[in-house]
Amino acid sequence: MPSDTTSRDTLISIRNVEKHFGKVTALNGVSVDIREGEFFSLLGPSGCGKTTLLRMISGFEMPSAGDIHIGGEDMSEVPPNLRPTNMVFQSYAIFPHLTVAENVGYGLKKQRLAKAELAARVDEALALVDLDGYGTREPHALSGGQRQRVALARALIMKPKVLLLDEPLSALDKKLREAMQSELRHLQRTVGITFVLVTHDQEEALTMSDRIAVMFDGKISQLDTPEGIYKKPADQRVASFIGVMNFLPAQVTSASDRTLGIDVAALGKLSCPQDDRFAKGDKLKVGIRPEMLTIVYDGEKAEKNSVPAKVADIAYYGDMTYYDVVFGDGSHSASVSMRNTAGRPILPIGTMTRIRWGPESIVLLED
Amino acid sequence: MKSASPSLLTYAVIYLIFLYAPILLLPIFAFNDSAIIALPLSGFTFDWFYLLWETEALHQALYNSLTIAIITAVISTILGIFAARASARYDFPAKRGIVGFIMVPLVLPEIIVGVALLVVLVQLGLALSSWTVIIGHVLICTPFSIAILASAFRNLDISLEEASLDLGESQVGTFFRVILPLVTPGIISSLLIAFTISLDEFIIAFFLTGTDVTLPVYIWGQLRFPARLPSVMALGFLMVILSLMLLLTAEYFRRRANRLSGAADTDKGLF
Repeated sequence: MPSDTTSRDTLISIRNVEKHFGKVTALNGVSVDIREGEFFSLLGPSGCGKTTLLRMISGFEMPSAGDIHIGGEDMSEVPPNLRPTNMVFQSYAIFPHLTVAENVGYGLKKQRLAKAELAARVDEALALVDLDGYGTREPHALSGGQRQRVALARALIMKPKVLLLDEPLSALDKKLREAMQSELRHLQRTVGITFVLVTHDQEEALTMSDRIAVMFDGKISQLDTPEGIYKKPADQRVASFIGVMNFLPAQVTSASDRTLGIDVAALGKLSCPQDDRFAKGDKLKVGIRPEMLTIVYDGEKAEKNSVPAKVADIAYYGDMTYYDVVFGDGSHSASVSMRNTAGRPILPIGTMTRIRWGPESIVLLED
Repeated sequence: MKSASPSLLTYAVIYLIFLYAPILLLPIFAFNDSAIIALPLSGFTFDWFYLLWETEALHQALYNSLTIAIITAVISTILGIFAARASARYDFPAKRGIVGFIMVPLVLPEIIVGVALLVVLVQLGLALSSWTVIIGHVLICTPFSIAILASAFRNLDISLEEASLDLGESQVGTFFRVILPLVTPGIISSLLIAFTISLDEFIIAFFLTGTDVTLPVYIWGQLRFPARLPSVMALGFLMVILSLMLLLTAEYFRRRANRLSGAADTDKGLF
């Protein structure tokens, strides 16, 4: 579970930041506070401005408007080499002409440490990333995962206030990526430094972060915990970017102080808590996750909140089965995921069945 | 690999003979014990090399050529570093035009460059000397230096520079600790190529030299005396050996640069 960072102080304060490259707007009024010691992710498709924002925190890009404070200090006049941030680059940017130890100790040279102390600090940093004894290796003899660890050690040895990670796992294969996800999370808790991660991989953001800012078109669409973003996406774009979401058209039939009556295509009428985004007669979309829909198997009784449907397609994943189902009148369909527990058969294509849903798992989204 | 067809193979062999037979004649007649360049060979001798050793004017010409070549190599490499860095990393108005303009001497006939420079220098009232030759040689060597160095700078991953800045190093520190070590093989390669070009260059040197002639100009002067021909052959032989060695060294450093920057080994270069 993500650690509780809600009570901590703001470390990075980003206010109304804009960035224009010629006529292209990369960031269009971004404001966000990143707290001390949290694992914060900037998530979005390529071109959403997330990397630009990260490069502004590190000082490689300057905002066209707005300002960035780190630890209460205005960063607008501070060059990258004087900022309390360190970066793990997407390409790792390991210096090819230096050994692993020289790479890791690179940033300490300015501090003019005694040789023995420098070596001790380097060894300590290498141990932190499980690269004990790799100091004398040449970078070209390292694997992708090892290069990544060197890049991490090289940044962490500087004891920065903020560690910036630019798509650090994108160059690794799936197995290694998953292992590194939990390792990074573990490392962040060990060192207690604020991590800001840029990624386009929603799964990566969900598993690692305390909080996520989902970005589209140079703006933050939603800022919340992974659970909040998954369960209560702010709009249709966020909903479809994070995980799989079924959308069904709906209309508000009644609105009172407490409840909202809506008529959902295929599912029928239902009542939700009041929501001031919507008034009577408004058209909207209802979002429901595949795992929130359940197939009612033979023998289980047809009950409330269930509708007839037909299995149109199956995708078998081993632990899970994904069904594409078409609802009663044939005009709407949805994806349903079922855990393959003991004794539960895989339904063949064409099977007539019923789909049950819970009204509490429904998300209302503006059309 | 498929074997070549017989006709292509014949063509290749004839081509190589045409290319290298004249050069092979150099050592043959350089060691031939006769003042006349003709077959049959009359005997083996080192006399022509002794003659070179004893000719004072030759030593002076060699000294001039070496000085000019070294200074030219250094100046054109320094200019090349600035231009290559600028073209690889920065954007400025009319960049393509400017870079293209610098590269023009690469294809300009040397006789045009030589005559034009002579006119300008005389108009400026500068006396012809080794320095005027250096000006001309820098003009034709700089494009080669830029071409070699531009590839070294382009292969340099910009995130390496950013990583250095990010780790607290200054711009100047980054240049010396990251950029320079990574482009050093390119710099050495540029120095060697510019040196070789300047050493062999004749036309510009012929136009711009004063009383201190360069080696190629001296050799040309010697051709008027048939008796000296075998010693010119000996000299030519020594220069071929020297040029080959320089080229091989330059190529070694070029390959090392590619390996350092992680470029694929598919680019086999000159040899």
